[in-house]
Amino acid sequence: MSIIGATTGELLSRLERGELTSVELTTAYLDRIAQQDDRVSAFLTVNTAEALQQAADVDRRRQAKQPVGLLAGIPVAIKDVLCTKGLKTTCASRMLANFIPPYDAHVITQLRNADAVLIGKTNMDEFAMGSTTETSAFKITRNPWDLDRTPGGSSGGSAAAVAAGMSPLALGTDTGGSIRQPAGFCSVVGMKPTYGRVSRFGMVAYGSSLDQIGPFANDVNGAALLAQVIAGHDGRDSTSVNAPVPAYSQTVNQPLAGLRVGIAKEHFVEGLNPEVEQTLRTALQVYKSLGAEIKEVSLPHTSYGVAVYYLIAPSEASSNLARYDGVHYGHRAEQFSNMIDMYATSRGEGFGSEVKRRIMLGTYALSAGYYDAYYLKALKVRRLIRQDYDKAFEQIDVLASPASPNPPSKVGEYSANPLAMYLEDIYTIGANLAGLPGISVPAGFTEAGLPVGLQLLAAPFEEEKLLRAARMYELATKWQGQRAAL
Amino acid sequence: MAETLDAEKVRKVAVLARLKLSEAEIGDYATKLGNILKYVDTLNEVNTEGVVPMVHAVELSNVFRADEVQPSLPRAAALQNAPKTDGTFFLVPQILEDK
Repeated sequence: MSIIGATTGELLSRLERGELTSVELTTAYLDRIAQQDDRVSAFLTVNTAEALQQAADVDRRRQAKQPVGLLAGIPVAIKDVLCTKGLKTTCASRMLANFIPPYDAHVITQLRNADAVLIGKTNMDEFAMGSTTETSAFKITRNPWDLDRTPGGSSGGSAAAVAAGMSPLALGTDTGGSIRQPAGFCSVVGMKPTYGRVSRFGMVAYGSSLDQIGPFANDVNGAALLAQVIAGHDGRDSTSVNAPVPAYSQTVNQPLAGLRVGIAKEHFVEGLNPEVEQTLRTALQVYKSLGAEIKEVSLPHTSYGVAVYYLIAPSEASSNLARYDGVHYGHRAEQFSNMIDMYATSRGEGFGSEVKRRIMLGTYALSAGYYDAYYLKALKVRRLIRQDYDKAFEQIDVLASPASPNPPSKVGEYSANPLAMYLEDIYTIGANLAGLPGISVPAGFTEAGLPVGLQLLAAPFEEEKLLRAARMYELATKWQGQRAAL
Repeated sequence: MAETLDAEKVRKVAVLARLKLSEAEIGDYATKLGNILKYVDTLNEVNTEGVVPMVHAVELSNVFRADEVQPSLPRAAALQNAPKTDGTFFLVPQILEDK
């Protein structure tokens, strides 16, 4: 059986049975990266030496029958927004082109404790701002299913790495859909946990009230295992919730009896691609055949989500990115006339145009005279959106929708019209505004062979239910295991 | 709301944001940000009278922890990414005049 494309569970059992070593496995993935990544461009840094060292260390301990962690010897690719001690972390920005973190993000510590192999850092939209991975200052990641198209974003490098068989697992971050949308576009599984479920310590901040770290995998069980490893309380993130982490990987295979799957009537709007809509309807039939009940619910404020998001996220970003001043770390301009000019010139040179656009938008929305009309108004509508979900989840267990209204865009398609790109976030941003967990699972392909994702959302801290519902669908369909022909 | 953005306003915001922009960027942002602001004006349709603003997804308040001394980042590590340092401090341009 091939290593490339095997699920995390298959790889772990082969490692445990001694049929395979982590060094062999890691070498196979590193070879795959060497062969394929010049076309896909998923990675910014390949961590070859340290990965092989970690693998050898796990092999030694496993052979000596010493206890090993939950992900012992399994490669994980890391979005380049997560700080890795001693390993360059750029956020795909010229601003941080040479930044070497002096500490690990909490999730990286969790991966090390679980004996995972950190195989490399993946490309992304600059500072996670974008939906296509095209705003990266360094390279454009291609969709493994169609190299003329984007993998989605902002975690496009992580999604493409898993889709191209360059890593069985990856970490991404999701502020407005940045895990779920690229997962859908690349036909892999991607989950955004409940806000507060995973510590954000060491994640470079974009929109702090929305950001959450989550797993990518080539099956639901892999995502469950990786979620279990990274979740949990951490005092260094004051929004990290102190609640026990269920053993998701232990329950994920148990089907849910009496499952109630919701659909929102507001999701069937103009702009929803007919093939994507058909994919969703087919998925609902699958759930019906598994004994689930399909219920229509209403989320009356759905159409305001994008406007709320594009006020709140840029406002938080303009504040978070104020730290890049050319003093403590990051780019400093060569030529400037005084201290203030040093800040402005360094920032003008270091940030790309989408990042500057969002800083400008957020600064404007927070500025004197506009705060009430924009930012405060958005926060009020945010509560109405959350209340819509609270009401819906009184009647349903999971809410099904497409991950995105259209198949992946062509490279360059949105460069002249950022608003058109923002509007594509309609199905994903609600979960960030309301803090809900969400998952995207492969749900088929368009006539042209482009992947379509099924998104499921659940009430806060119902990841276990979400994963079990997603696994039921995965087992009942043939999409898991289908791989892009590269 | 229903604000339009002209180049002058974009320049003012750029000063607040500490961003040096080129003339081309200023023109581009006036148009594209103007379009986005026009779009977000749709929020005016929503009646939010009496709605409490939702600042955070998990509405925690007063998270306490014990006030204990913890190891902090060693100086060398804290300075390792500094654009300019003398090994002890971060160096910045002079901001006070010599007298």
